[in-house]
Amino acid sequence: MKGNDLVPASYYLILSAVLFGLGVVGFVFKRNIITIFMCIELMLNAVNLAFVTFSQQHGQLDGQVFVFFVIVVAAAEAAVGLAIIMLIARNRQTLNVEKVDLLKL
Amino acid sequence: MLNIELFLFFLFAVMAVGGAVSLLAQRHPIRSALSLIVVMVSLAALYLLQGAEFIAAVQIIVYAGAIMVLFVFVIMLLNAGEEERTGRSRLAVVAGIPVGVLLTALLAWGVSGGATTQASVETVVQPYDTKQLAALLFREFVFPFELTSILILIAILGAVVLAKR
Repeated sequence: MKGNDLVPASYYLILSAVLFGLGVVGFVFKRNIITIFMCIELMLNAVNLAFVTFSQQHGQLDGQVFVFFVIVVAAAEAAVGLAIIMLIARNRQTLNVEKVDLLKL
Repeated sequence: MLNIELFLFFLFAVMAVGGAVSLLAQRHPIRSALSLIVVMVSLAALYLLQGAEFIAAVQIIVYAGAIMVLFVFVIMLLNAGEEERTGRSRLAVVAGIPVGVLLTALLAWGVSGGATTQASVETVVQPYDTKQLAALLFREFVFPFELTSILILIAILGAVVLAKR
């Protein structure tokens, strides 16, 4: 399926940019640490979409291989990151990042 | 002029953007997690629309099926509640929307300019087989592949050690 004459690649890239911008805004302005982490995943997904679009545009599969690795790394990062979040929640009894502002209790 | 691919693209694009906006707008993190699942499923449909069927399957199985389930479990275990509305959060909405629009416009202008300069006519048969993707993954990219398996092992060890304490 050659998508270039059916759906222009720039449409996909603009969608990727929109999702990435929304992820950045959420990452900066949200206060719950889990929601911030989910905005990171949203940014990674936006980048994955851009990779797949470029892979299709150039006719090479390297972009999809990179998407595969990004998904694997995101899975590992989600596991460890959520473990860290659980530790912080256990120690500080809060999930609000504005309240976790001292290195030592 | 409207072909089925364009219609499907707009359908899933609206679903993805709607899910992302809902992720930001919801106050309870569980609703944000469900919105993110909507985003990931619609992105998987967009990958399928572009012919990347393996990536679409991996997105559903790993991202929506494992990572988001992990998120939902952690939200349940930590008993995360709603975010309160403070003065700062209202200011964030007022200040965040123009910043977000500006950043998105900048990115979109950058990427769409790059896409149209590329010759869009590819007469070579494009390799969309999962078999060819596997050949690429296990021949040229076998070293990063093995490294990611070690990475997953380290992540498992780290998560177990951290959560055990």
